[in-house]
Amino acid sequence: MTADLHVVGRSVPRSDGVGHVTGRTLFTTDRSFPGMLHLKVVRSPVHHALVRGIDLSEAERVPGFVRALTHVDVPHNVYTILGLIGVEPEEEFVLAEDRVRYKGEPIVAIVAETEAAALEAVACVRLDLEELPAVFDVEEALRPGAPIVTHWGNNTFMYEGHPCRRVRFGDVEAAFARADHIVEGVYNTKPIEHAPTETTACIAVPEANGRYAVYTNTQALYFSLDNTAIILQVPGSRLHFIGGTVGGAFGGKVDVIVEPLATLAAMKTGRPVKYAFARWEEMQVSSTRSAWRIYVKDGVMRDGRIVARKVTSYADSGAYSRQTPYALTKHAANAAGPYAIPNVSIDAYCVYTNHVPSSAMRGFGITMASFAIEVQMDRIAEAVGLDPWSVRFLNAYRNGDMKPHRKRAEDATLIETMQAAAAFVGHELTPEQAAMTSDPRREGGE
Amino acid sequence: MAKLRGTGIAAVNYPTGMNLGGDPSQALIHATTSGSFVVTLSATDLGQGLRTVIAQIAAETLGVGVDDVFIDTADTDTGPHDMGTFASRATHRVGNAVIAAAKEAREALLEVAAEELEASRDDLETDGLGNIRVRGAPGRSVKVTDIASLAQFTYGRTISGRGAWMKPRSAVDPETGAMDPDSTEAHACTVAEVEVDTETGVVTVISIKSAYEVGRQVNPALVHGQIVGGAWMGMSHALYETTTPYYPDPGHRPKDFSEYLMPGAHETPEIDCVVLEYPSSNGPYGVKGIGEMTANSPIPAIVNAIYHATGVRIDELPVTPELVLRGLEAKERHASGGVTPSTAGD
Repeated sequence: MTADLHVVGRSVPRSDGVGHVTGRTLFTTDRSFPGMLHLKVVRSPVHHALVRGIDLSEAERVPGFVRALTHVDVPHNVYTILGLIGVEPEEEFVLAEDRVRYKGEPIVAIVAETEAAALEAVACVRLDLEELPAVFDVEEALRPGAPIVTHWGNNTFMYEGHPCRRVRFGDVEAAFARADHIVEGVYNTKPIEHAPTETTACIAVPEANGRYAVYTNTQALYFSLDNTAIILQVPGSRLHFIGGTVGGAFGGKVDVIVEPLATLAAMKTGRPVKYAFARWEEMQVSSTRSAWRIYVKDGVMRDGRIVARKVTSYADSGAYSRQTPYALTKHAANAAGPYAIPNVSIDAYCVYTNHVPSSAMRGFGITMASFAIEVQMDRIAEAVGLDPWSVRFLNAYRNGDMKPHRKRAEDATLIETMQAAAAFVGHELTPEQAAMTSDPRREGGE
Repeated sequence: MAKLRGTGIAAVNYPTGMNLGGDPSQALIHATTSGSFVVTLSATDLGQGLRTVIAQIAAETLGVGVDDVFIDTADTDTGPHDMGTFASRATHRVGNAVIAAAKEAREALLEVAAEELEASRDDLETDGLGNIRVRGAPGRSVKVTDIASLAQFTYGRTISGRGAWMKPRSAVDPETGAMDPDSTEAHACTVAEVEVDTETGVVTVISIKSAYEVGRQVNPALVHGQIVGGAWMGMSHALYETTTPYYPDPGHRPKDFSEYLMPGAHETPEIDCVVLEYPSSNGPYGVKGIGEMTANSPIPAIVNAIYHATGVRIDELPVTPELVLRGLEAKERHASGGVTPSTAGD
């Protein structure tokens, strides 16, 4: 097939490369429009509190102040990003109502003639908050008596009646009972930031025909448009979203945070409105990768074969779940690793805490599973006296194997990839390892 | 005190695309009077080079040069629907949609060429260099640019195509977790070499060497860029980054790049790779997605290398110098008992 290809498979220079390296690529906030206003947000200074009152009187006297927006201005203030694909319940507040659930949660949006005026007015808003106990650890959040973050009475996302996304394959307990070794590990990871070069931003521009053009660096134009239409309760046809080259995203620009407020402000003022995160907002307020705690328990035979794997995972979604419920589903489908294990049980919990919300990030639900499983594989190797390569070759999944989520493996090449890596670094494989393939039929059946 | 070296490995697979709610992408293609083709999308380029690889796929299918294909994307008034650029899906989904659109446009192109050449459509072929010729008849050929112009001004025809690709929605069984969550799996195996300073706890990554299996490389330089960039990002996750240094304590959050540490050029190790191609059954020209996965295997490979170097098993990220030193101290304390030291519960 390769011989017939003319262009696919060739390292043609990237079409936007010269623009990038000469600084001529146009990014969202390189644009400016006549009469453009600037939006900045008053954020919760505490992790969990009741909102008793908001005093805007001093802010309104700041020269350049145009108007403030609070939750009463937002037509559909409570939303869930994944509501578009049927995920329930609606839970996140575009602007806080009677309670804030994380430090940095938006409470008031200020629109002003200049960025400086917007920042000054933000600093002049007086909040009357009554602080509440907060919870920050995923397992503490699940204990009886823990502060409740959500508005429905517990701190877990519910998956069709279960407090976690489950995978049940074979009988792990029976396999543990007959295993020669039980190998256990607990893996903890901290939140990280996507750290894009270009911060999250958009500019909403009213057009003469009653529509709004929204220039945005979202990763998903229609996802952002549809969520904005729901929040603002306008037909999607009144919105026109325009993207372009994004200055790094890594999953951090799938949340729909800036577009609804900027568009609402453009509707209320009739003028273009820019809402761009400052670097500190990107660092401290935008979604992170979840912190994870992953318990792995493996039943292993004397020869190194894994006969059972039980994974219990907790992802810290922070105060709102955003994309995290789906990350747990993806995690559950992949948490056993690329190995053929006949008995697998996975419980993956999406837990609410008073941390900044986490959401999608590169490797969505899988990066930290790979960390846990691949360190665990070395633990197993040590327990049975194998080298790290051998334990992986011994357990590698192959075409035709049934994965724990009951999808048969089709495009497996783990073995070939490990063989290539061994050759690349000069690691000598055993003759048996060198002869293995991911297609059992090519080895004469099994 | 010593500087100890070790190597560690990790092997992973990674799914292409998703399924919840269905996973669709669409594309439109039309020829201009100058004979170039415009591919209209609403998928965004995040800097990974989507425009370039989509132009390559379109050119390949149309049978024209890549310089004659332009990508017009990221506008919801002009671009047909796209789910978004995430889930390692864009090259796979958009690529499939573009192939469908390009096939339709190519048919329209060849129909006009057949009339102009007074030949049967089935006897025509493209040479990938901008020419349409009659198979087995040297000399009987016409330029794509001429056909594009003739189509509009002589034949009154449009040379255009529509394409869509979708992975249908697949619900998850809430009891067993049975699901069809992806389209294919790419693979990686990474070998990391580290040096650990037992006095300071600082881990220096010497090299990150990987084998990747990606189905089909549309653009090997861009694949290499993903692998190198992802290895750097994985190393950064493994050793440097967190927004919450004392998690679960929410304090001490960094506010900028002077407080949020990432490796600089000085800390960036040798990063190299080999790439295998086992074409997938459902990707464009056999593509599998590798956008996300390149940050994954470097993390456990580095952590396993630290164990190989020091005998300290690390169970948490990021692996700070403090964590390494505490692990080394615990190892000394447990040395007589022969217990494998672990940072868990420390």
